[in-house]
Amino acid sequence: MGGKSLFEKVWDDHVVVPETEDTPAVFYIDLHIVHEVTTPQAFNMLRESGLPVRRPDLVLATMDHSTPTVPITNLDESLDAASDPEPANQIRAMVKNCADFGIELHGFGSAQRGIVHVIGPEIGATQPGKTIVCGDSHSSTHGAFGAMGFGIGTTEVCHVLATQCLLQRKPKSMAVNITGKLKPGVGAKDVILALIGKMGVDGGTGHVIEYRGETIRGLNMEERMTICNMTIEGGARAGMIAPDETTFEFLKGRPQAPQGADWDAAVERWRKLVSDDDAVFDKEVNLDVSDLEPHVTYGTNPGMVVPISQNVPSDKGDASFRKAIEYMQVEADQPMLGTPVDVVFVGSCTNSRMTDLRAVARILDGKQVAGGVRMLVVPGSQAIKDKAEEEGLDKIFTAAGAEWREAGCSMCLGMNSDKLGKGELCVSTSNRNFEGRQGPGGRTVLASPETAAASALAGVIADPREAL
Amino acid sequence: MEKITQLTSTTTVLAIDDVDTDQIVPARYLTATTREGIGKALFADWRFDANGNEIADFPLNQPGAADRRILVAGRNFGCGSSREHAPWALLDFGIQAVISSEIADIFRNNSLKNGLVPVIVDTDTHQWLLDNPGAEVTVDVEARELRLPSGKTVGFPIDPFARHCMLEGVDHTGFLLQNMDNITEFEANRSWQP
Repeated sequence: MGGKSLFEKVWDDHVVVPETEDTPAVFYIDLHIVHEVTTPQAFNMLRESGLPVRRPDLVLATMDHSTPTVPITNLDESLDAASDPEPANQIRAMVKNCADFGIELHGFGSAQRGIVHVIGPEIGATQPGKTIVCGDSHSSTHGAFGAMGFGIGTTEVCHVLATQCLLQRKPKSMAVNITGKLKPGVGAKDVILALIGKMGVDGGTGHVIEYRGETIRGLNMEERMTICNMTIEGGARAGMIAPDETTFEFLKGRPQAPQGADWDAAVERWRKLVSDDDAVFDKEVNLDVSDLEPHVTYGTNPGMVVPISQNVPSDKGDASFRKAIEYMQVEADQPMLGTPVDVVFVGSCTNSRMTDLRAVARILDGKQVAGGVRMLVVPGSQAIKDKAEEEGLDKIFTAAGAEWREAGCSMCLGMNSDKLGKGELCVSTSNRNFEGRQGPGGRTVLASPETAAASALAGVIADPREAL
Repeated sequence: MEKITQLTSTTTVLAIDDVDTDQIVPARYLTATTREGIGKALFADWRFDANGNEIADFPLNQPGAADRRILVAGRNFGCGSSREHAPWALLDFGIQAVISSEIADIFRNNSLKNGLVPVIVDTDTHQWLLDNPGAEVTVDVEARELRLPSGKTVGFPIDPFARHCMLEGVDHTGFLLQNMDNITEFEANRSWQP
């Protein structure tokens, strides 16, 4: 019998009742992150069944998706003034649901409020070996710490609230080996975009990915989070990276990380969370990034991506390809470089952390966003906002003509007031370029923070390597 | 969940690959706090123009589509966001089964918990269904097979537990609740605590 992979070790550690042919496993969840959009119906299901929340201490609650990113001094006044009552109702429902069920809410005014997948790691709640779920598909982000993080639906949110467990069949495993040294101006976002381009948006369906190899070892935690974050865009629900010194150094001293003797015991346990040499994976993919270029998407899913110096692929008669390029108003065989840009968005759970903001600031410093381009820079959390301001990054952004906002999901998903207008093209550091994702009729080009910043200055899609 | 053993209907065909859940229910419709009436949001940006008028050539707007209960979709249907609003909207519109050669994981899980039958078939059968919109087929959950107009039957995989819940018309929560003692014991005996 072969050894165990990282995923199998975490899986086995959480099986309450093993699966049989007839029934799935009862699978324990260590951390449940909840936000205002995918939970109201789950809390209603609890009320209808008369069930309490089993472990409010294992629930991390915040508000991020439908929240405004303009400054708010008084929540009630701000909600009363909202033009659309539905998001306001949802935010009020979240406040009430958390109060009714005894859950601490990191709401407005909290120094710990932010995007769900940003604050978990930031406060040290995300830890190696944990199972972490949220009613949000980008829960895969937490896998960067050697946790098993995956997105769930609202019925499953109810299951976890009521029982701290899910019903699960064991997924298959997949190793993604990434080797080679990245060139300047090429980063984690380009790696994951290239990988999804190679695997396709369904290449990981049914699998949990483990990202391995020297390139991964050389990445900092924020870069690892960017990679794991977009795992779902390749169809896999979870993507994991074995914890190492980089992971421990990131977590040490964070408010919810173990302290003192508990810390030492935890690190000793975490060091075992690596795949055994003889672990067997159901599938393996290799990617050499030595010659990787910055990548940009041209179509309407993250797999429709090209190296920035290359052209949109040729038309081979595929109906989905044609529909995508027609929507994007690009032609087959045209270069993406030089395409006029209306909006640049820096933010989202993919790229809204300090290293992302610093990279953007380095490129914008002392320069001006091109005339006619609107640029939004939205920190992933209140703590990041504070830190960026401490470093003076906000001054660089605003001096360059960009808008500096309050923390939230903002323009990633078109469900708060930050939206693209019909036909507008946005170079975005977010994770999805689906039709209308950033607002009805909006056109999204996914890119790294560096590419986004370079494009903001140029007013057209631009190669960040020339802006370094 | 309503009991479902088999369903027979003509099909609506949406021959597009990688249809994501942002298309099935655009994000601006996720601000509701209940699931009632979500069917109006189904494929909102593909069904309606900017003035709210139906786009005539979209498959779900074609004559008879409102009565069809089976959707045949391109490969990798339901990718992207975890929003359960996607199966809720399909069900609210009247769709009770989705057939494709591939269905994304989270959408598939969410569907099974709501009584929307995800039917995954081989690529040849899939292509035939895409080429023949309006074909009358039967999705037999009990027999785990799809019956085509020619009389040919094609098996499809469905998790035995999810199938049991559909046939009995019970939700998945009950089974978890029956395991509360096991969960308490697990929590007490762990080698570490989260």
